[in-house]
Amino acid sequence: MALVLEARGLNKRFGAVTAATNVSAAIEQNSVVGLIGTNGAGKTTFINMITGYIKPDSGSIHYQGRDITALPPREVTRIGICRSFQIPQLYSSLSVYEHMMVGLGVVLRNAGLAGFFTRGRPNVPGHGAPAAAVAERILVRFGLTDYRDRNAQVLPGGVRKLLDIALTMVAKPAILLLDEPTSGVSAEEKFGMMEMVMAAVKAEGATVLFVEHDMEVVSRFAGRVLAFYDGRIIADAAPEIALVDPEVKRYVVGGALRRMDEREGRPNA
Amino acid sequence: MKADRTLLILGIVLLAVVGAGPLLPQWALFLATIAIAKGLVALGLLLQLRAGLVSFGQALYYCLGAYTAGSLGRFFDIGDMLLQMLAGALVAAFIAFVLGFLLARYRGIFFGLLSLALSMILYGLLVKSQALGSTDGINILPSTLFGIRPNQESVRHVVLVAGCAVAFLATLLVNRYLDTPLGQLAAAIKDNEIRVEYMGASVREAIHAKYVIAAALSGIGGALAATTVGHIDPDMAYWTTSGEFIFITILAGTRSVIAPFLGAAIFGIIHTVAYDISPNTWQMTLGIALLMVIVFLPDGLWSLFGRRRAA
Amino acid sequence: MEQILAVIVDGIIYSSWLFVAAIGLTLIYGVMKIVNITHGSFYALGAYAAASFTGAWLARGYPPMLSYVVLLASAVVITLAFAPLIERGILRFMYARDEVVILLITYALFLILEDVIKLIWGVDPYFIAEPYGLLGSFEFGELSYPTYNLILVGIAIVSGAGLTLLLRGTRTGKLLRTVIHDPELSRAMGINVDRYYLVTFTFGSMLAAVGGAFTAPTVSVVPGIGVEIVVLSFAVIVIGGMGSLPGAALGAVIVGLVRSAAIHYAPAVELFVIYFVMALVLVVRPRGLFSLAEPRKI
Repeated sequence: MALVLEARGLNKRFGAVTAATNVSAAIEQNSVVGLIGTNGAGKTTFINMITGYIKPDSGSIHYQGRDITALPPREVTRIGICRSFQIPQLYSSLSVYEHMMVGLGVVLRNAGLAGFFTRGRPNVPGHGAPAAAVAERILVRFGLTDYRDRNAQVLPGGVRKLLDIALTMVAKPAILLLDEPTSGVSAEEKFGMMEMVMAAVKAEGATVLFVEHDMEVVSRFAGRVLAFYDGRIIADAAPEIALVDPEVKRYVVGGALRRMDEREGRPNA
Repeated sequence: MKADRTLLILGIVLLAVVGAGPLLPQWALFLATIAIAKGLVALGLLLQLRAGLVSFGQALYYCLGAYTAGSLGRFFDIGDMLLQMLAGALVAAFIAFVLGFLLARYRGIFFGLLSLALSMILYGLLVKSQALGSTDGINILPSTLFGIRPNQESVRHVVLVAGCAVAFLATLLVNRYLDTPLGQLAAAIKDNEIRVEYMGASVREAIHAKYVIAAALSGIGGALAATTVGHIDPDMAYWTTSGEFIFITILAGTRSVIAPFLGAAIFGIIHTVAYDISPNTWQMTLGIALLMVIVFLPDGLWSLFGRRRAA
Repeated sequence: MEQILAVIVDGIIYSSWLFVAAIGLTLIYGVMKIVNITHGSFYALGAYAAASFTGAWLARGYPPMLSYVVLLASAVVITLAFAPLIERGILRFMYARDEVVILLITYALFLILEDVIKLIWGVDPYFIAEPYGLLGSFEFGELSYPTYNLILVGIAIVSGAGLTLLLRGTRTGKLLRTVIHDPELSRAMGINVDRYYLVTFTFGSMLAAVGGAFTAPTVSVVPGIGVEIVVLSFAVIVIGGMGSLPGAALGAVIVGLVRSAAIHYAPAVELFVIYFVMALVLVVRPRGLFSLAEPRKI
């Protein structure tokens, strides 16, 4: 399978804190990768480096063969890598629909299709329809139509999450980085939400990396797992292998797997 | 379309003002023209305010526009009001383009303070500039339009007409800008810059663009004010002048592109009426009005007209 | 050599005046995080009150040497008449709002107070030159200065040292620093943050009034006397770092010396140079020379 994203030897320190030590990973096209690890293990830093929000002290990141280490977030988004956030980053004074339209407007502008001197309603690149139609389409896909005209400020937590993720679809990304997509969502709703998100995302043919603390969600949806601990990747394998890895159990999963084993009546290792 | 209706209303109002011109007394024509001039500056402030930026030094560009108009007359013998307004816009836009590289990196109070410092620098330069009349300023050449010098009775009306025409055109262009993706980013920038960057847009570029447009509008306003008053002086760059513009913008609110003109008109009326009733309390009246608006009508007077959004 | 000495002495005198004028502004910003435009109003109120009370004092033939005390007392009295009213009556309801909104509110209050002053004192100028000339002059090399200027320098030193001592040495000062650091936490710990805000606002405004009061004998007190102070004080505290006491001192010294040098060597840039330095600092070191706030985004 083709390699779409590659991280090579990423290192990052913030003063006395080491957020990344020699982090390397090769992501294949159309794969779904779960990033696991306790808080502070370096998962979000990894995403921040890939998307250009932070520059690694050393190491490089390559996308479709091109070195993107030095690109700022807006460039990274433009070339096809989009991310969602642990705490949804929304525009408190705009409605859900307006969020979509602002995002689509930016996409159109970046493609040179909308600006001061242009006229009409061009099709949004990658979506094949004008912005208004694409916005409605995405809202339907994420079950947000009921909230269409509500301001982001008054949305319930789970809906804010969905909107945050829906925004990432606007630029038709080749790679999607979802930072804790199900956090803040109740246990019963987690699976349903991931189903909806993955269905919407896979329909666009994207490669997905998602950070997740719930191991059931990870084993259900990820084809591969990257386990982080203390700034390092301590396991890189399919879920069935990674989740029973002794280091992973010790440093990452521990309690979560134990609870999972108990629920399913398995003896603890 | 909301936008079209806005412009329609503005167009009708301006036409009415222009049409009623011959019937209105000189002082009314004067007030109306000054309101248009200050409204343009406030429109520029509106653009920046929507993105969350408050300029404490917009008078910089207002003054630049005025002195450009004055200099054209004094040194180049060009008294054509349209040319003066155009030149005012261009000079202001050019300076703003250069300064914008710096200012677009600042936010909040610091953006305000830096813009304030820059306007006070201009003030300081002008006060000491003998060539430009120092604190006395200079008188403007009587205005002409397309080479014709209007006579004493009709000059105010002619300036008003020219002013209205330019203001309408400028507002049209600003409205168009607000419809573009960059123009629509203002509220998003104000709420969450990081998200904007992650959407693929450059916040700095957007702010730089708004800064330049606002400057151009202020430059036109300054030139128009200069022509109307017939005199320019360094006070046009002083911090209290910037304060006036901010006052007008807050009074009017940022909901509509017409609001700044309404705000400027009301400001002019309060100023004149309050001053006539009691010269020692007009500032107090303004202060109280500003306080009332900030406390009770945070979206400005315009919010009295608008529909409430589904919250 | 003569010239350099003159530049320095003039500069120090001007710096002292600037320091006293600006220190209240930085104190209020540091504690309450608000940019207070009414600062200029209190400067003016101090000047007018000083002119009235001291004028009356001297007119009644009371000891002229005590007029200096009257100057100080006037500033205190006039501040107590207005500051608590403003803070309790209007400002305290607005602390939750955006810092720019609060600034605009203080601007509105400034406008109102400008006219309140006119209503109370009228628009004619006031002169109380006696305290200025009373102490004679002193020689510094070949230069002669009114001794009165030393009072200004003295007040600057006393207020600067006094405030620093207050903040570092006393229990009140330590509690105040807690409030500065984290008002929410302070409230939770039982500190009466509201009272600290009231006291800070009053005290900060009083310092501005003192500045105005002691300037009164050297100028004619007219409407608008507080207008320039607003923007000049801004320049001083921005250069030094907003919210910092040593910063205000450094800012005052820099502005004072720079202006003095300009007056002596290049008068054409006298006004421009102060704001140029302010802009320069904002560009090169936005936080000022010792500061708290977060200025740049990118």
